[in-house]
Order: sequence, then structure tokens, then C-alpha cells
Amino acid sequence: MATMHAVKDAVSAEAETAFAVRVDGLDVTFGEGETAVTALRDVNVDIPEGALVTMLGPSGCGKSTLLRAIADLVPASRGEIKVHERTPEEARKARDFAFVFQDATLLPWRSAIDNVRLPLEVGNPGPAHADPMELLELVGLKGREKALPGELSGGMRQRVAIARALVTRPRILLMDEPFGALDEIARDNLNEELLRIWTETGTTILFVTHSIPEAVFLGQKVLLLAAHPGRVKEYMTVDLPYPRQLPVRDTVEFIKITAHLRKMLEEC
Amino acid sequence: MADIAQSQASANERKSGSAWLAKSGDRLLPLLAAVGMLVLWQLIIWIFSIRPFIMPGPIAVLGAFIEDGPKLWLNFWLTFLEAALGFIFGNLIAILMAVAFVHNRTSERAFFPIAVFINTIPIIAVAPILVLIFGNGYSPKIIIAALICFFPTLVNMVRGLKAVNPATLDLMRVLSASDAEIFWKVRLQSSLPFLFAALKIAATTCVVGAIVAEWIGSNYGLGALILLASYNYHAPLLYASVFSASLLAVFLFAMVSFAERRMIKWKTPAVH
Ligand SMILES: Nc1ncnc2c1ncn2[C@@H]1O[C@H](COP(=O)(O)OP(=O)(O)O)[C@@H](O)[C@H]1O
Ligand SMILES: [Mg+2]
Repeated sequence: MATMHAVKDAVSAEAETAFAVRVDGLDVTFGEGETAVTALRDVNVDIPEGALVTMLGPSGCGKSTLLRAIADLVPASRGEIKVHERTPEEARKARDFAFVFQDATLLPWRSAIDNVRLPLEVGNPGPAHADPMELLELVGLKGREKALPGELSGGMRQRVAIARALVTRPRILLMDEPFGALDEIARDNLNEELLRIWTETGTTILFVTHSIPEAVFLGQKVLLLAAHPGRVKEYMTVDLPYPRQLPVRDTVEFIKITAHLRKMLEEC
Repeated sequence: MADIAQSQASANERKSGSAWLAKSGDRLLPLLAAVGMLVLWQLIIWIFSIRPFIMPGPIAVLGAFIEDGPKLWLNFWLTFLEAALGFIFGNLIAILMAVAFVHNRTSERAFFPIAVFINTIPIIAVAPILVLIFGNGYSPKIIIAALICFFPTLVNMVRGLKAVNPATLDLMRVLSASDAEIFWKVRLQSSLPFLFAALKIAATTCVVGAIVAEWIGSNYGLGALILLASYNYHAPLLYASVFSASLLAVFLFAMVSFAERRMIKWKTPAVH
């Protein structure tokens, strides 16, 4: 695993152009005239291929909007977004990325396994896809594949949503506060498992959270947004080696980083 | 330790025992209440010696059920046929129209006011018009039963098709799903609880529609039987016909509930 990251680092150092997402001078404005709301102003961010970037910021600063603009759910008012050198629309049609929402958004009449299969039944799923059964196993839901969402806990539902997102083997995973509604223990478990999935699949992950410890625990890099208008305040690298386990949160280094981010957040 | 386990076990036993009692009580209690009311009804008839053509007792009504059994049975099925066909046509048209409305805003803006207007006409007032046009046959009864079902189903189905979680629509968009795929995979399923809420109302109102139509012009069906019995002061038969009509509605309602349980196995959000 350590060697894998060494390779990763070497690659990104060698070929500077390997970016999964490039955001260049992005403005997003909702509405027109006097009531217009500028959600994002002049945002410039590069997400390296294979990176795990977490996004932090006060509520209403445009975290969801940035993620949704990359996912072609919200149009850019100005500037440009490139997802693997393509427009978000092209990337969406090519199933380049998958989205995980805050509430799992499972179809309640479909069993867990059928929810995981949904992306293969609509649009143009493409030939390369994972085995839904293996994915449920990967997220720790072996044996629950026939269960309806109503019979699963919040954490289990979110696991199904992650398996569903992975089924088309996307190169990028966009996650908007996926564990925000979970209790702390479920959230800790899923954080560790997300790191495991990231190392196993090599997927680029852009992860929105409002929890500073979560952002630092997961992220290779933390993107800090400020509000009114939404803009990049800081884009820092987290100097903690992987694989990370939960106790890392009690180390001095970890606490230093969270303290720094907390101070920056207060200034936002 | 063992003591605690034992008392725990006996507590559980007691709990399950009382649960069983409560469960059978759920079914037993209304049955007892119904029997009690029938007995009370018969007692009032006897004590005040009410004459049978003013108000018959349950025993007299039961007599009518036995004596006029074949006649009641035949007319029950004729009214059932009208009500059921009206139920099917009225709801089918409402469902198709709702689908059209949701897919095409212009059609909704054009036709919804007309649907509202039709709904405001009292069914009793349209019935004679339809009987004039279509005569004494089945068709005016079926049309009136259909009309009475139509509007609540249309409104509920439109609401149901639109009541999709916005995040689910975002998900379908990220998956580049077509409108047709969204309709078949999401909208139709999530409208089912709304649809069945309307169908349960329709199951009882379509019987009302068929009977009202039979009053206006018919010499068969439970509606006609009700009129005939009241003209002849044959109160026991009148009561038996009314009970048959309500049994018919209960039967249709039970069938819709059965279909609902088969089709919606998932926990539904509250539908009002
Ligand atoms: N669809 C929309 N229409 C109008 N305003 C919106 C819309 N979506 C978001 N906004 C506004 O844009 C700003 C950023 O919102 P959002 O990206 O959801 O913030 P965050 O996810 O960081 O809490 C907020 O002021 C919000 O009110
Ligand atoms: Mg948000």
C-alpha cells in the first residue's frame, strides 16, 4: 500500500498535467437582476488525478454549488470547468464521475442490490462495470442485498449509495456531505472504509464536509471556501501519511492542522 | 442471575400473551359491537312495536335476504358490473390524463380547468342528461360511475407523479437518464401511494355513481330495486338492497386494498 502511494506521488510530480478536474475562473450566479445571488466568484482549483480532496467552509459558502457545477447539475455563469479535459456535460454522458448525495436517495421500492444496479439500467452505462454483488461486499453489506432501504439503517443506506456510485467504475467520486446525517460511530466507520475503498480503487474523490476533523482525517488536500461570495480561501496539503487510522486524530500534528483550519474558518 | 433470567422470560411470556389478546381483540371488538347494535335494533323494534313498513328489524331484513335472495344476487352483479367498469374506465382515463399533464405543461394548462369544471357539476344533475343521450342501457351507468371516480384520481395521480424527491431527479440526471427512463423507473413507482389513496375513494364512490344512474332510468340493478321496494313499502327488501350496495362497496374497497398490499411492499411516506 505504501509503495502504491509512492508511485502515485512520483507520477504526479513527474507529469504535472494529470488533473482529474480543473476549475478556471468559475462564477456561478443564481437568478437575475436585483435578486441575483453570487454563489461562487472566480474559483480556481485543480484536483490531481487519484487525489482525495476534502472541501470545507461555512454553510452557504457554495460547496454544494461547486460540486454540482462539476457534475453538470448547475451551469457555470463564467469561467470554465474541465473534467478529464472534457466539459462536465461530456464527462457526465461518459459516466466519468458519480455523485453521492447527503441523503442516500435510494429508490425505496428497490432492494439494496437493485439500487446498486440502477446506474446500469439507465442512460449509457458503458461496458466497463463492476459486479454489484462484489460492491455490496466491499461496503460491508454482504447478506443484506435483498433488504429494502426502509429496512436498513442510515449508515447502511449510505453504504448502498456508495456501492451504487462505484458500479460504473467512475474515475471521479463527488460526495456532498455523504455522512453528514449519520451518528458519530457510523461516520467513523464509514470514514475508515472510504479510505480503504480509495486505496483499493484509485478513484479521485472530492468530498464535501462541514466537519473539520473529518476533512483532515480523510483529505490529502483540504480546500477551504469562504462565503459571500463563495471563493477559495486556502488549498492546503495535509501532511499525514496514509494509511491513516482513527487514533491519528489524537496526534499533535493532527490537532495542529485542525486548529489552523478552525482559525481560518472563523475568519471566513 | 438465573432468577433475573427467569423473571425476564415470564415477563416476555406475559407480554406476548397480552399481545395475542390485544390482536384477537382488534378483530373481536368491532364484531361484538356490531352484534350488540343488531340486538339493540331488534329490541327497539319489539319494545316500541314499530311496524315493519316503517322500520323492519334485523330478523325481517334477514328474511328478505333469504326470500328475495336470487333477485338481490342478480341485481348485485348487474350493479357490480356497472360500478366496476366505471371504476376501470374512469380511473384509466384519469391516469392517462395525469401522465399527459405531467409530460406536457401546455396540456395541463389547457385541460385542467375543464376537468375542474366537470367536477363542479353535481352528478345527480348530469345523470338525466346522459340517460337521455344513451338510453336505459348499461352505458349511462358506467359513464356516471366513471365520472365520479375520475377527478380525485386525476388530481392525486398528478400530485403523485410530481412528488419525486428533487435529489432523486439530480441522481437521474447525473446518470444521464432520459425522460422515459425517469418516468418508468421513478415517477410511476413513487406515484403509487397517491394513486391507491384515490382508488380507495373511487372504490366506494363508483357504487354511488352506478346506483344514482339506476335511479334516474333503469329497471334493474340495486338502485332500481331500492326504488321499487320503497314504492311498494317493502321495507325489509329496501334494507336488504341498501345492505347489498354497501357490501358491494366494501368488496371493491377490499380488492383495491389487496392490490395495494401486493404492489407497495415498501414503507410509504405519509400521503394525504
Ligand atoms: N438553486 C439555487 N437557487 C438559488 N440560490 C441557490 C441555489 N442553490 C444554492 N443557492 C445559493 O447559493 C449559495 C451557496 O449554496 P450552497 O452551494 O448550497 O452552499 P453550501 O453547500 O456550502 O452550504 C447559498 O447562498 C444558496 O442560497
Ligand atoms: Mg451543501
